Amino acid sequence: MRHILAENLVATETVREFIAEQEQKSLLRFLTCGSVDDGKSTLIGRLLSDTKQIFEDQLATLERDSRKYGTTGDDVDFALLVDGLEAEREQGITIDVAYRFFATPKRKFIVADTPGHEQYTRNMATGASTADLAIVLVDARQGVLRQTRRHSIIASLLGIRHVVLAVNKIDLVGFDRDVFARIVADYTEFAKDLGFSSIVPIPMSARFGDNVSRRSMQTGWYAGPTLIDHLETVSVDAAAEQPFRFPVQYVNRPNLDFRGFAGTVASGSIGAGDEIVVAKSGKKSRVKRIVAQGGDLERAIEGQAVTIVLEDEVEVSRGNLLVAPEARPHVADQFAANLVWFDEQALLPGRSYIFRTETDQANATVTELKYRVDVNSFAHQAAKSLDLNEVGVCNLSTQAPIAFDTYAENRATGAFILIDRITNATVGAGMILHPLRRASNVHWQALDVDKSARAEMKHQKPAVLWFTGLSGSGKSTIANLLEKRLHASGRHTYILDGDNVRHGLNRDLGFTDEDRVENIRRVAEVARLMVDAGLMVIVSFISPFRAERRMAREMMGEGEFIEVFVDTPFEECAARDPKGLYAKALSGEIKNFTGVDSPYETPENADIRLETTGKSPEEMLDDLERWLHERNIAQRPLADECGSI
Amino acid sequence: MNVPLTHLQRLEAEAIHIFREVAATFSKPVMLYSVGKDSSVLLHLAIKAFYPAKPPFPFLHVDTTWKFREMIEFRDSMAERLGFDLLVHVNEDGVRDGINPFDHGSNTHTHVMKTVGLRQALDKYGFDAAFGGARRDEEKSRAKERIFSFRNAQHVWDPKNQRPEMWKIYNTRISAGESIRVFPLSNWTELDIWQYILREEIPIVPLYFAKKRPVVERDGMLIMRDDDRMKLKPGEVIENRMVRFRTLGCYPLTGAIDSDADDLEGIVNEMLIARTSERQGRLIDRDEAGSMEKKKREGYF
Repeated sequence: MRHILAENLVATETVREFIAEQEQKSLLRFLTCGSVDDGKSTLIGRLLSDTKQIFEDQLATLERDSRKYGTTGDDVDFALLVDGLEAEREQGITIDVAYRFFATPKRKFIVADTPGHEQYTRNMATGASTADLAIVLVDARQGVLRQTRRHSIIASLLGIRHVVLAVNKIDLVGFDRDVFARIVADYTEFAKDLGFSSIVPIPMSARFGDNVSRRSMQTGWYAGPTLIDHLETVSVDAAAEQPFRFPVQYVNRPNLDFRGFAGTVASGSIGAGDEIVVAKSGKKSRVKRIVAQGGDLERAIEGQAVTIVLEDEVEVSRGNLLVAPEARPHVADQFAANLVWFDEQALLPGRSYIFRTETDQANATVTELKYRVDVNSFAHQAAKSLDLNEVGVCNLSTQAPIAFDTYAENRATGAFILIDRITNATVGAGMILHPLRRASNVHWQALDVDKSARAEMKHQKPAVLWFTGLSGSGKSTIANLLEKRLHASGRHTYILDGDNVRHGLNRDLGFTDEDRVENIRRVAEVARLMVDAGLMVIVSFISPFRAERRMAREMMGEGEFIEVFVDTPFEECAARDPKGLYAKALSGEIKNFTGVDSPYETPENADIRLETTGKSPEEMLDDLERWLHERNIAQRPLADECGSI
Repeated sequence: MNVPLTHLQRLEAEAIHIFREVAATFSKPVMLYSVGKDSSVLLHLAIKAFYPAKPPFPFLHVDTTWKFREMIEFRDSMAERLGFDLLVHVNEDGVRDGINPFDHGSNTHTHVMKTVGLRQALDKYGFDAAFGGARRDEEKSRAKERIFSFRNAQHVWDPKNQRPEMWKIYNTRISAGESIRVFPLSNWTELDIWQYILREEIPIVPLYFAKKRPVVERDGMLIMRDDDRMKLKPGEVIENRMVRFRTLGCYPLTGAIDSDADDLEGIVNEMLIARTSERQGRLIDRDEAGSMEKKKREGYF
C-alpha cells in the first residue's frame, strides 16, 4: 500500500526504516488458474487495484482500452491490465502467463496469471512450476469444469500444496449460500486424492471486490477470511529442512590457482570445513572456501548463489551435485516419472529426446508409457503415446547416469524437461517418482576383445550403411547388389531388411508412429551390436522420421554411420509399385502408409543421395563404391589382393 | 535452523544463477549495457556472478547518438574503472540518412537507431545470447515474456508461441543464427532496483538526482536541452528547473520530472508517493496501443 505508507514518510530516517521493513517481508508466489472466463485476469486486476499498484497513467490507458476492447460495459475491465499481448486483447482471452507484483504491509507477492484455454495448458504449467499456492477460480454459475480439474491435477503434480477455491461471480447467483456450498462439496470430493494440505473456499466477486480485500456485505453467512487476509497469513514453508544439495552449474577457473564450483544451493546449507560428496563418483572432499565478492562466507543456505572451493582436486563438472555425505541422492540411468506433454507432436516411446535438469543434460528415451491419467476421473488409461496437454506416468532411460532426488523430496533436484532434438522446443516436463533398480544391477561387462580387434581380424572398417527412402524406391535392390559386391571383395557383411525383420524380431509391431519409432530403435540396436562385432551392416528400412535416423547415427561411433538417401519421387514409386501396396494404400485399404497417409521426412544432410530416376542400379553402385573408397571404408587394395575385381 | 533469505537476496541469487547459466551454455554471450539504473544493477550482478573472474563476455552499448552527454561520460568512466570490454555500436546508415527524433518522430528514430542498430550489432559479432535489463513490472507485454526469450534468425519474438519455462530449468538450445534474449531482472520491481542500489551502493548516472537543468516544456513533457541540435519552437522558452529523470533514454524523448530528490533516500521517498509509472516519461511507449509489444517483436529489447 504504497500511498498509505508514503504519507508517513517525512525524513530520510523514515525511508531507511521503510526499506528495512520491506526487507523483512516474506514473499508468496501464487498463480490463478481455472477455466476460461472464470475471471482470473479480472481478479488480478482487482488485487492490483485494491493494493494501489495501478498508477494514474496506467489507469488512463486502462480506461481507454476498456472502451475499445472491454467486456464490462461502462466499467473498467481489469482483465485488460494483465492481458498484455495484442492478440489477447483482441480476442478477450489470456494466451500466456503474465507475472505481476504487489505488496501489502505484511507480504510481497508475485502472481502468475495463467490462461484457461486447454490449448495453452503448458503456459499454466509454467506459472505453476514456481508457485507455492494456487487460486483455483470457479464461476459460480458453472461449477467445477474439466479445466478446473485439469489445472488442479497439474498444480498437484507440480507440488503445490495450498489451494484457494475462489467461487467467483457469486453476485451473479444472488450471493446464494447453497450454490457456494454445493461447489465446495464437489471440489472437495474431487480433490481428496490430490494431496493438498489446505483448501480454503472463498465466495467472491472479483469484478465488484466482494471478499477480495473487502468483506462483502452480501455474504453474511460466510465467516472465513477475505482473499487478501488469507494470502497475507497462509504459511507455505516446507515442513523440514532438506539435506544439502548443490547442482554444479559452472566451473569458475580464471587462473591455475583457482577452481571454484558455481551454483545455487538447492536445499539445506553448507559451511566452510564441512564434508561433502560428489554425487556421481562418490568421491569425498571438504569445503575449503565459500567465495563471494566482498569476502568469503561462513555458511551458504538454500537459495543462495555461491562459488564453492574444495580441499581436494576432485573431478567435478557441470551437471554433477555436491551433497551431504549422510544423505545422498539417487544416481541412475533409469527411473519412473510423471510427465506433462506440451507439444503438438505426440510423445513417442522409443524416440530420443534431450533430457535436461537444472544443470545436467543427457539423451533420453521413454522406455515405457505405463498409463495416461484421465483428467476428469483420474482413471489410469492404457496409452501408446501422450498428446498435447496430456499427463501420464512413464519409465525413462538416459544415456548416462544422472544424480537426482524424487520430486516429492526435492522440487529442484527431482524435476526435468524434455527437449525435441530437431526443433529444440520444450516438449514436456517431468517429475521423478523413483529410480528403477534394474539399471543399477546390470552393469556393463567390460570385454577384452573389442570392436577394433574384431574388425582388424576381418581387415575392414565396421560401418552401417543406412538406406532410407519410400517403399518401392529401390532400397532393397541396391542394398542387395552392394552386399554382393562387398562380399565378393572379401568383406564380412550383413543386410537388415525392413520386411524381413518385421517377420521376426519386430513381428509385434504395426505401422503407427509409435511402432515405427520402436521398429527403428530395435534395428539400430541390432546394427550397433553387429558393428561392434566388426561387420559392415547394410540397413534397408523406409525409416521415415528424421529423429530416429538421427538417434541411430548417434548410437554409432564417429564415421560409422552412413546415411544413404534413395531418392525416388513418390509418383515414380507409386507407378512402379512392385508389391502392389500403393494401389491398396491409395484406395484406403492399408492405413498408415508412408507417403500416403503417414509422412516421410526427407533427409536434409544424407551422406549419399542416390537419384534413381534415369540411372541403372550398376551406375549407382559405382557411385556408392567410389564414395566408400574415398573415405577408406572399403579400400580397393583388399579387392586387388583377392583379385576378384 | 537458518534464517531464510530475504526477498532481495532471493532476487539477487536468481539473477546470478541466470548469468552463470548463460555463461555455461552459450558460446558467444553479450550484455546489453544501456547505462541506466537497471543496467547499473545488471553490471553489478554480472561482476558478482563470476567473482573472482571477470564476466566472461563483452558489454555492448547501442548508441543512438542522442543519449544524454552525462550518460556517455558515465559509461566511459565505468568501463575504464572496471576494465570491462565495452563495444559501442552506432547505426551508421541512420547517421548517414540524418535520422533524428525531431524530424522523423520517435517511432522511426527508435526503430532505425535502436532496434535496427541492435540487430546490426548482434549480427556483426554473431552473439547467440544477449542479456538485457528489462523487468516484468515495467510494461504489460514485458510481464508476459520469459526469462530466456527465444528469437529466430531474424531476431523476431513470437509472443504467442513462447517455450514453456519450468522451474529454474532453462531450455538454452538454439540452431545456428537463432538467439536468446536473457532478462536476469525479470522479477524485480522498480522499488527492488532502488533498494538494491541503496544497499549495494551502486553508482548511477547523476541525471537520476535532482539538479537545476535547462528544460523546455513540449508535448506535455519536460525535455532537457542537452545540446543545440534541439531547436526551440515558437513560444518555447528554456527554464532552469530543479528536475530529475526516472528513466533514461534519448534526451529528446525522455521527460524529466520536477523534483527536489538529490539523494537515493529522496528518490525512494518520491517513488513511494508517485502516482504515475516510470515509463510515463518515455515518449516511445505512447506512439500507439501495444507499441512496446510491436517494438519487441521487431527486435527491440
